[in-house]
Parts: sequence; structure tokens; C-alpha cells
Amino acid sequence: MEIKKEALCGTLESNDLLVKVAPHQGLEVAISSQVMHQFGARIREVVEETLKQMGVSQGQVVIEDKGALDCAIRARVQTAVLRGCESEELDWRAL
Amino acid sequence: MKKLRRSMLFIPGSNAAMLSTAFVYRPDSIMFDLEDAVALREKDAARLLVYHALQLPAYKGIETVVRINPLDTPYGLKDVEAAVRGGAEIIRLPKTDCAADIHRLETEVERIERECGRELGSTRLMAAIESASGVVNAVSIATASPRMDSIALAGFDYVVDMQTQRGDGSELFYARCAVLHAARAAKIDAFDVVFSDVNDDEGFLKEVAVAKKLGFNGKSLINPRQIELLHKAYAPSEEDVRRAERIVEAAEKAESEGLGVVSLNGKMVDPPVVMNAQRILALAGITSVHA
Amino acid sequence: MNNDKRTLSLEDACLEGLERFQNFAAHAPYLKSPEKLTRKLVDSLEDAVRLSGLKDGQTISFHHAFREGDKTINYVVGVLARMGFKNLTLASSSLMNCNAPLVEHIKSGVITKIYTSGMRGVLAKTISNGLMAEPVHIHSHGGRAHLIQSGELQLDVAFLGVPGCDAFGNANGICGHSHCGSLGYAMVDAQFAKKVILLTEEILPFPNTPASISQDQVDWIVQVDHVGDPAKISVGAARITKNPRDLLIARLAADVIEHCGYFEQGFSLQTGSGGASTAATRFLEDRMRRKGITASFALGGITSGIVDLHKKGLIEKVADTQSFDAEAAESLATSPNHIEISANEYANPNSRGTYCDRLDVVILGALEVDLDFNVNVITGSDGLMMGASGGHCDVAAGANLSIVVEPLIRGRIPTVVKRVTTLVTPGECIGVLVTDHGIAVNPDRPEVEARLRAAGLPVMTIQELYQRAISITGEPEPIEFLDKIVGIIHYRDGSVIDVVRQVKP
Repeated sequence: MEIKKEALCGTLESNDLLVKVAPHQGLEVAISSQVMHQFGARIREVVEETLKQMGVSQGQVVIEDKGALDCAIRARVQTAVLRGCESEELDWRAL
Repeated sequence: MKKLRRSMLFIPGSNAAMLSTAFVYRPDSIMFDLEDAVALREKDAARLLVYHALQLPAYKGIETVVRINPLDTPYGLKDVEAAVRGGAEIIRLPKTDCAADIHRLETEVERIERECGRELGSTRLMAAIESASGVVNAVSIATASPRMDSIALAGFDYVVDMQTQRGDGSELFYARCAVLHAARAAKIDAFDVVFSDVNDDEGFLKEVAVAKKLGFNGKSLINPRQIELLHKAYAPSEEDVRRAERIVEAAEKAESEGLGVVSLNGKMVDPPVVMNAQRILALAGITSVHA
Repeated sequence: MNNDKRTLSLEDACLEGLERFQNFAAHAPYLKSPEKLTRKLVDSLEDAVRLSGLKDGQTISFHHAFREGDKTINYVVGVLARMGFKNLTLASSSLMNCNAPLVEHIKSGVITKIYTSGMRGVLAKTISNGLMAEPVHIHSHGGRAHLIQSGELQLDVAFLGVPGCDAFGNANGICGHSHCGSLGYAMVDAQFAKKVILLTEEILPFPNTPASISQDQVDWIVQVDHVGDPAKISVGAARITKNPRDLLIARLAADVIEHCGYFEQGFSLQTGSGGASTAATRFLEDRMRRKGITASFALGGITSGIVDLHKKGLIEKVADTQSFDAEAAESLATSPNHIEISANEYANPNSRGTYCDRLDVVILGALEVDLDFNVNVITGSDGLMMGASGGHCDVAAGANLSIVVEPLIRGRIPTVVKRVTTLVTPGECIGVLVTDHGIAVNPDRPEVEARLRAAGLPVMTIQELYQRAISITGEPEPIEFLDKIVGIIHYRDGSVIDVVRQVKP
């Protein structure tokens, strides 16, 4: 999957996160979180795993987390990527 | 013993915080909404949030329902994919007007179950009746498929279709009766309408009393506060409970003695009476008379 | 004219060294002075400070009855800073978000030591990150009373903000306009400080009764525009919640009280200042009516919820050490059975008896509870100070049953942990933990556990609650600390129970 345009998904409410994706040379993931120390590593793990499963190897991904659980992180990243790829089709095996 | 389905809590599928925490309220069912509670530009985000939330271990103990968008919208079919693949127990189809609506949904569900390897027939269906046509076709809807789990009345859209407005309940009288009879004839469950004023406990309880009396299995709720009120209202009286305990005890005694007939105080007790007693004890939260 | 004046001879041996009477005002010159009735009134705070003889390195004290609406602490420290004071020890019964301006005064060396029951906001964060060379001393309300009464901490000048007093200093929190209700904390300072300066919004006719602070405790009085904004008292920790999760926890807490075995005619209770704690009083009413019982007294930390039950005749007496909102303050003023008590009577373990000792049940908040039921109310999950010891360990020690309420998960952070970040109240004082996911009972209260289970409440072990939390959030990485100690946590008897170290940047 290729990120063709800038896209946004999520909110800054408690238990949620805001994901911004943009086209970029190489893969760059920037994470800020209100639970950075306790869960920063785990958040990065989930984000990178999700991007990998979707076949995203290029792009700029910026995460602003407000204590979201893994399931919300996965969902928001996937939606942002799909919006950025302008893709309507969902390959369920990649999720 | 039949499962309790008194409370069905609506959760907007676009709200990450609520999806991450709603299981603490312990309703009998949780309904993840992809339809009216979700804005058009968030339909894609909500779909994936719900897909992932469905797989949280915390939801395993609670019955999960997903309200999809109608199949004639750009979202409906994708919602069905997410619901079936995510493991929802029931799919709620809004604006079900006729049996064909159910057949169309059923076909898609079966296809997806095959594709993703989910047990065929494991995804059940709930029809939401929201129009005059739906009410009139309630019987054929309720019997449209072996997957039919329940039928729910949705008050807001229905009264608009009937060219009236929500009031003291008389505007829903026929619809409630029709939906109930269709459900009972088809041996499935029936759910009453949402009560939208979360600050009006008295009005809510009045409506619950009506639904309970008519025989509705439960009600759709939009706020966790309503769960406790509803469960209390559905709880049987102490007298009913004591009587039910005696009946169930007599039935258990008869069974352990290998007798085919249950008797209490010299009178014969029919199987339906025993089943009703068991239902009463379940409503009262008693799983065994010897607790 | 009578010429038979006897002259008193002091030549007898037994009169040696004793002083001869001169006139009625020889040792009380104020009786002859034109300022006899106004001698305590001072034009400015600066004048009062000069009269008090306050020196660098001494200790100043304050109360926090106005909570987030307090204006006195910031104002006084600001004036002292302008006057050039340095190295003062600040001993306040507590410090709030609104005390952020103190950071500047700490940086400039006006304040170099702090005694308090807690801190919040920017002040707390900055101190947690190593602002001060000396660690702050955290004492519970009872512990502070003990600290002051024993003389371990000598209060040189107490600056006490009151809504009104008379010209001799008789003050209370229910006169004038800015009603703060109970002056329970201030009463201790007024009794033991070497010098007492009252800051008052109004000078009222003499005698201003009732006198929570008495004229014979007050040295000087300064009239100021504002001592505090009572509208902000119930901001922060003491609001009434509408949050469904807090209401769920509150309802479960009320269920626990109903079935714990202490819910009998004449029982006594206290509810803390958090959302779920204060909401629980609402749910108690039905249960009390159903059982046909009333409470002999409520203690606290008094909220409108308690006042409501008092007005309905369900709680006979209210013992108030701090009024958390306007209704509580008003009830203190109007109800003969709503009484003011000092922090000493409330919670000092070394006093001749505290109200805490007489409590049946108390609902307390927590930031963390660990597998041994130890409680942390001071540091957040990020290791920074953000709360207060308050009366927590005091009431937990005295009550028959202490019930802690908290959501199992806050944001993504589990509140049930293996080991608390900071130990404030020992687990041996805690009976029950109520969360939105279930209830855990301390294994040393098997009879309570049996009753709660029999009532059909969702009881599980604390290990199960911990596992449940972790299974939802994932396991958090532990916070890392430096060696530097930024806070010393004193148990109510003065002993050190834990320390707070600076978080690794």
C-alpha cells in the first residue's frame, strides 16, 4: 500500500489517539503520548506491526496518544492509512 | 436456561473511549452502532474500531450486537464484513421492511462466513422495525431465516413514518403488539424502543413497566445509568421468587427421584410452569435454589 | 479627706522579690490608651509582619479552607518576598493548583522548606522535578496537628485568612461574605503559633460569635480585599459527578456499606472528596430508608450530599473539619447539630481522642492500590506528586472498615499495581477495594468478604483485579527515579513511611 496524500484519523479525547499520515521517502514514525514512559515502546510496536501488515513501507506517521488501548491504535492507524492511500477496498487478511 | 436479554446498551462505534470501557456496565448485550450514531465521514473509522473492539477478551462474556448501515448504502456491506469477521454474535439490520431485506443480508453473511472460516450459521440476525411496512410484514420478517434471533421496534423513525410523534405510548401500541406477536410466533425475542431522556427516570420506568407487562424480553438503552434501573424493574417480586423457588425445588426433587410428574402441595405442576419459575429465578439473579 | 493612707511595706521576708502594685494599667498600658479597643488592628500586612518580628529562616503557616479559591497564601508570600525575607519554612495544611505562584518565590530563595499534606499542579510538578534543595515534608491532617502540638515544628507566625472577625480577633468561617465554613485546620495554628496574624475581609461588631479562632489567640488583624473565593472551594477534588463510571463505583460502594456488617442503627460514616466517594452518599439514602436506620454522625470533609442526608434526618450530627461546598458551610452556620471540629479533634493520634477512632465506615479515594492493599494518594503513575495525604491514613487507622474506591483503569494506566509507587496508607488499615470491574476484600477481613459474597456482590481477589487490568492495558514499563529525595512521607505518628524521589528526566 502506498500513502498518496495526507490523511487524519482519530481524536484527542481520553482513551483515543490522533493519527496523521503523509507521503514520505522512507518510513518515519513519530509518537507522543501522555503515557509515553509506561507504554511508549508498546505503542511503537503496535503501530509498526500494523503498518507492516498493511504493506506500508514509505510514509510519515505521526501519533498523538491519549491513553488508547492497542485495539484503538490498530484501528486508527489502519483507517488513516486507508484514507491516505485513497483506497476503498479493504483486504481483511491484512488487518 | 434461556439467556437474560433485558438490557441492550447502544455504544457509538466511533467513540474509542466508550468501546474501550463499556464492558464494565455489565448490560446483558452491547450494541456497537455503525449507523445513526456515526457521522458519514467517520463510517470507515468506526467500522475498524468496532472490528477490533469485538475481539477484546473483555467482551467475550457479553453478547455483542453490531448495527450495520442499510445494505443499499455504500457502507452496509463493508459493515457486514467487519461484524462477521470481528466475531459479533448478532447483526442488527436497521429499517427492515420485508423478508427480502433479511434474505439479502443472510446471503452476504453466509458468503463472508465461508470466506473467513467462521462456523456457518453462527452469525445471527436481529431485524429493527422502523416503519409501517416493517410492522405489517413483521411475521414474515421474523420467520425469514433460521438465523433470526430477535426483532426490535425502533420508535423514532417509526413514528415519523406514521406521521405522528412520540407521546404517552399509544402511538406505539399496535406496533408493539405486532412485533411481539411476530416474535412469539417465530419463537424469537422482542426488544422495545429506546427511551431518549436520560434525566427522566420516572418516565423511563413507566415505559419499562409497559414493555415488561406486554412481554418484551428487554429494551434498547442509550445510557449506562438506565441499566441498573431496568434490571431492578424487571426483577420479580419476593413473593414470585419464593413461589418459583418452591416449584423449581419440587421439579429437581421429582427428577432426582426419577418421577415423570412434578407435584407441589398435592397439585400437578406442568412443564411450562416449571420453565417460567426458572425464568423468574434467573431474573432475580438466583442460579440455584440451594445457593 | 482621709489622711489615713496605709503604705504597704514589702519588708517582710515572705514578700521578698515580689512587685509592688502601682496602678490598674501598669502592666496593661493599653487600658489607658486611646487604642484600647483597636490595638490589634494594623493598617497593612507589612506593618503586621514588622510587629511580629518575623525573621529570615523562620516558619510561617497557613490553612487551606478556601482550597482552589485561596488568595491568602499567594498574597502573604508575595508581600514577604517584596519585604526581602529569605529561607522561610512554609507550613500550610495543604497546597493547591492555585499556589503555582509559589514556584517563583522558591526559585528566588524566599521559601526554602515546605511542610504540607499535599500539592497539585505546576507547583507539585516543579518540586517533583527537583526544584528544591530540601525535600518537602508531607504530613496527614492528624500528623500535622501532632507535629505542631508536640513542638517538633515551631510555627513562628500564622497568617490565617478569615471572611470576618471582630476588632479583637474572634473569627469564624460563616460570617461576612466569603463563607468557607469550618476553620478546623486554622484552629490548630491559632492555638500553637507564637504569633497569629488574621487577614480578614470584614471587621464585624464585637463580639463576633461563634469564635472558631478566639480573641485570646490573635495578635494582629489586617483588613484585606479578598482572603479567598468560596465559589472555587468545590473545584478540583470535591465536585459532584455525572460520570456513569463514577456512579457505578459509587453504587457498588453503597452496596458494600449496606452489606459489610456495620450498617446498623447509629452507625457513623465519612466519605472522601473524590467523585465516586461523594456520589456514594446519594445511593446510601435509599438503603438507609429501606432498613429504617439513621447514622449517629458523619465526619469529614463535609459535602452537600452529607448535608442533604442530615437535613432529611438520616444523619443526626455532622462533625466538620472542612466544608467542601457552600451547602456545607451554610449548614454549619444554621444547624445546631452540624459542628466544627479542629484537625486535632479530627485526627491527631496523640490527642486525647479523635473522631476518626469512632468511625464505622469510610469511603476513600486512591491513585494506586497494590496487591497488599497499600494505598498511594500522593504520586501519579508518572512518579510526580499530584495529590494529598490529607486525612487518608488518619481515618483508615481509626475506622472499623475502610473502603477504597477507584476506577480499575485511568486512561491506560492500571490503578491496581504490584507495588505502590509511594506508600501513604498501609494495607493493614484497608478493608475493601471497590472498582468498576469488581470488589476485592483484604484477606484479613474474611467475615466481611463472606457477607459481601452472600449479598451477591462481584467479589474477586485483588490478584484477579490486577490481572484483569493488565490484560486490558498491557503491562506498563516501570518509572525510573534518581537518588535525590524530593518528598518525605510521614505517617500520622510522624515516622517516615516512604519517600518520593525525583523522576529520571
